[in-house]
Amino acid sequence: MAYAPSSTTSGSTTGDIHLPDTARELVKILIAGPFGVGKTTLIDSVSEIRPLHTEERLSEASVAVDDLDGVREKSTTTVAIDFGRISLPGGIVLYLFGTPGQERFRALWEDIAYGALGALVLVDSRRIDASFDVLALVEESGLPYAVAFNTFPDAPRHHTEQQLRTALDLAPGTPLVTCDARDADSSLDALLALVQHLIDRDPPEHR
Amino acid sequence: MTGRRGGRPLVPAYLSTGGVARPSRPHLERLTVLSGSGESAPADLPAAQLALLDALYGGSLTVLEAAALLELPVSAVRVLAAGLLDRSLALARAPIPPAEHFDPDLLKRVADGLRALKHH
Repeated sequence: MAYAPSSTTSGSTTGDIHLPDTARELVKILIAGPFGVGKTTLIDSVSEIRPLHTEERLSEASVAVDDLDGVREKSTTTVAIDFGRISLPGGIVLYLFGTPGQERFRALWEDIAYGALGALVLVDSRRIDASFDVLALVEESGLPYAVAFNTFPDAPRHHTEQQLRTALDLAPGTPLVTCDARDADSSLDALLALVQHLIDRDPPEHR
Repeated sequence: MTGRRGGRPLVPAYLSTGGVARPSRPHLERLTVLSGSGESAPADLPAAQLALLDALYGGSLTVLEAAALLELPVSAVRVLAAGLLDRSLALARAPIPPAEHFDPDLLKRVADGLRALKHH
């Protein structure tokens, strides 16, 4: 190579995040939910790389033009989108995107959701209503999804599954599981509930 | 990137693309795989494109990972990557043909792979 490494920092604190040579099929699943629900915790528990993030501007209209965003003013409206990666046998690489669900992230949501297999919607049982926005966005996007209650130690346990289903207005076929986002196996189970749902459901006609 | 968190990015976003707002080709997805073509970088290559090419030295990266590494918005990396592709300095590969997203076999292999990761 005729060029020298241009930075001593690039990669040095991140470890090598280059893709394995075996990577053939790259797929993604959204881990969706309100701030503080445990999206990054879940991604961290199963990712083979330390969760990284991209800084995303909320207005795609001003992207990369000569505006003042580059100087990182406090007023700049950006959101950090965390992601992680799991290499699976057979050359499949699964990406997990921590995706906030507020209405103001709609344009960003559509960009990230493009081509996703589905979404795992995390719900904090202490504040169910915080997940209404994200559920609305997921349903509007047409992405198939499963719901996982991230169990916080101080969460009230008086909800029955039916009460939760009613509160979230879930369709009967939508999987509803509990998970501990800090625990890898528990997080994998929640992801499996989603993937099994994708396998079981009828293929959409428009695809 | 912890060492630079909150600090200045390698290349400010507004400078990185030379004022170009849109990539010269469509459909560079977040998960499009970029790799260096092995061609030597020309002397006049803009610094930001060189930084991206540099990141591809040693292996492939998705647009997404390159953005995280360079601390640039994904949209800026799309523009930079398109510049490298236009000059045949990098290669791009789609993550997966869109028609295969709901291939039951793919989904089953994802499920099998996730199951195999469990510790029990």
